[in-house]
Amino acid sequence: MTLVKEAPARPAGKRSAVPVAGRRGRRRENLAGYLFMSPWIAGFLLLTAGPMIASLYYAFTSYNLFTPPRWVGLDNFTTMFQDPRWQKSVEVTLKYVVVATPLKLLLALGVALLLAQKRRGQGLYRAAFYMPSLIGASVSVGFVWRALFSDDAIVDRTQKIFGLDVGGWIGNPDYVLYALVALSIWQFGAPMVIFLAGLKQVPQELYEAAEMDGAGPVRRFWNITLPMISPVLFFNVLLESIHAFQVFGSAYVVSDTRCGPADATLVYTCYLYQKGFKEAQMGFASAMAWTLVVAVALVTAVLFWSQKKWVHYEEAAK
Amino acid sequence: MTTATSPVARTANERRRGGSIAWHVGALAVLAVVLYPVIWVLGASFKPSKDIVASIDLLPTEPVWANFSGLADGISGISISSFFMNSLTYAVLAVAGVVLSSSLTAYAFAKIRFAGRNLLFTLMIGTLLLPYHVLLIPQYVLFRKLELIDTLVPLVAGKFLAVEAFFVFLMVQFMRGLPRELDEAARLDGCGHLRIYWSIVLPLCRPALITSAIFTFINAWNDFMGPLIYLNTPSKYTVSLGLMMFRDQEGISDYGSMIAMSLVALVPVIAFFMAFQRYLIDGMATSGLK
Repeated sequence: MTLVKEAPARPAGKRSAVPVAGRRGRRRENLAGYLFMSPWIAGFLLLTAGPMIASLYYAFTSYNLFTPPRWVGLDNFTTMFQDPRWQKSVEVTLKYVVVATPLKLLLALGVALLLAQKRRGQGLYRAAFYMPSLIGASVSVGFVWRALFSDDAIVDRTQKIFGLDVGGWIGNPDYVLYALVALSIWQFGAPMVIFLAGLKQVPQELYEAAEMDGAGPVRRFWNITLPMISPVLFFNVLLESIHAFQVFGSAYVVSDTRCGPADATLVYTCYLYQKGFKEAQMGFASAMAWTLVVAVALVTAVLFWSQKKWVHYEEAAK
Repeated sequence: MTTATSPVARTANERRRGGSIAWHVGALAVLAVVLYPVIWVLGASFKPSKDIVASIDLLPTEPVWANFSGLADGISGISISSFFMNSLTYAVLAVAGVVLSSSLTAYAFAKIRFAGRNLLFTLMIGTLLLPYHVLLIPQYVLFRKLELIDTLVPLVAGKFLAVEAFFVFLMVQFMRGLPRELDEAARLDGCGHLRIYWSIVLPLCRPALITSAIFTFINAWNDFMGPLIYLNTPSKYTVSLGLMMFRDQEGISDYGSMIAMSLVALVPVIAFFMAFQRYLIDGMATSGLK
């Protein structure tokens, strides 16, 4: 290192290259650290930690914004658990998470395996497949989706070829949620890019050795590719399922602003929005929010616990 | 290596060519599904309103401009350009806030050794997984008490306070990858942290800054829930809310204009993507790996 050679020019003797040693230096570093961090610290206290505590308090009150919050104990929670619309919103959200996340990740992994092969145009395909992830959340695409899944539009016509005569999915309570699922799957590009980055890091020698031992493509996938990209798979499962729990815009725009028809797309966030901002039941909405936080924390904990069993980290292999 | 004339090599070559055709067929099939909605909206905005949903043709047989000229009338007395200006203001402020505050915070995490750094870093990563719902109501109550409802402040305040942990994380990862020798040499020359941050680290971080800036711009441009909750006056509406006004207030005759405005609203995002796709995709990829 060039630095070590320069250091003796200073009178400090055995001191490290950077003059931070000493109590005064360390105090100055602490001060600098917290000064640089101050926007984040302010943001964390004012916009994250403080609101979380306030929200926890509201969850045990009746609060309509105009009169001060009134303590009601567990009332919000007992009403919530018995509320049929809340139960419906849990059902809709779980269905959405459980159907959309695996299908999206399966497609993302499949296409990533395809694109991992070096071929002409590979970069262009990668870019094109990623684009929906950037525009998928916009109101514009929501409108397009609404049109594509209406009566006599492309989806309706295609399903008729296969003898499925249910009409457009948008007005149909049994199908409309799957239009939202399709919108989520269409945005497979973001997890695909992460899979691709993971695939690039798998050492090529492993495949060559396996091929020499006579392992076919399927065996190579199960015994090499999958274990080697399991950390990336874990990351994608975690992120995508947490995102899926929080879906709102597509339900509000694609179906209708009541998240209907017949509450068929009443995802959790949509009901929370209605309770908080349409009915000004801030206490009830806060109770809903905290219930979701606990649910997401549980899912996260289970995923982290399960990764010991199926996620393979390179350090462990050595 | 076998020579090209040997029969073994020829079958291998043929097999490779066959694989190549299958690869391109597969990739093109996915491409068709991915691009269909985008081409559809492009074609639909040039069709007469009544043909948009039900016509089989992807592109119009006789393109009409009526949908775009209809946009000039605005909606409910508000001109379309007002929505676009509001979205632009929001997005530009968001970009300035995120780039400035996230890079300052990231510098502290990556380059300064201070007490409690690891604990704060863990806290920051923790906020990445926190569902934003739990903040929705109390933040609204807070901004309402401060009488900031119906302004852009609630939408951009968090951006100036580095609340978007993803971008802080992205920049920390990038700064940690910079050679230590550079800032150590600068410190020996007597540079303070502010000088090092501004003159050495920031210029070297350009790729990470560009990635964060573009993502922030696109997220703000697409943002729907934030404006829906905080903006009440139609003249302050962003493009997302303007589009919803079209849907809620106009009859089927203006359906074409609604689709045309949807297309116009997508143009900045797609243009940014085409210009910077490498930054965006590489930024996404590294976030998943480390």
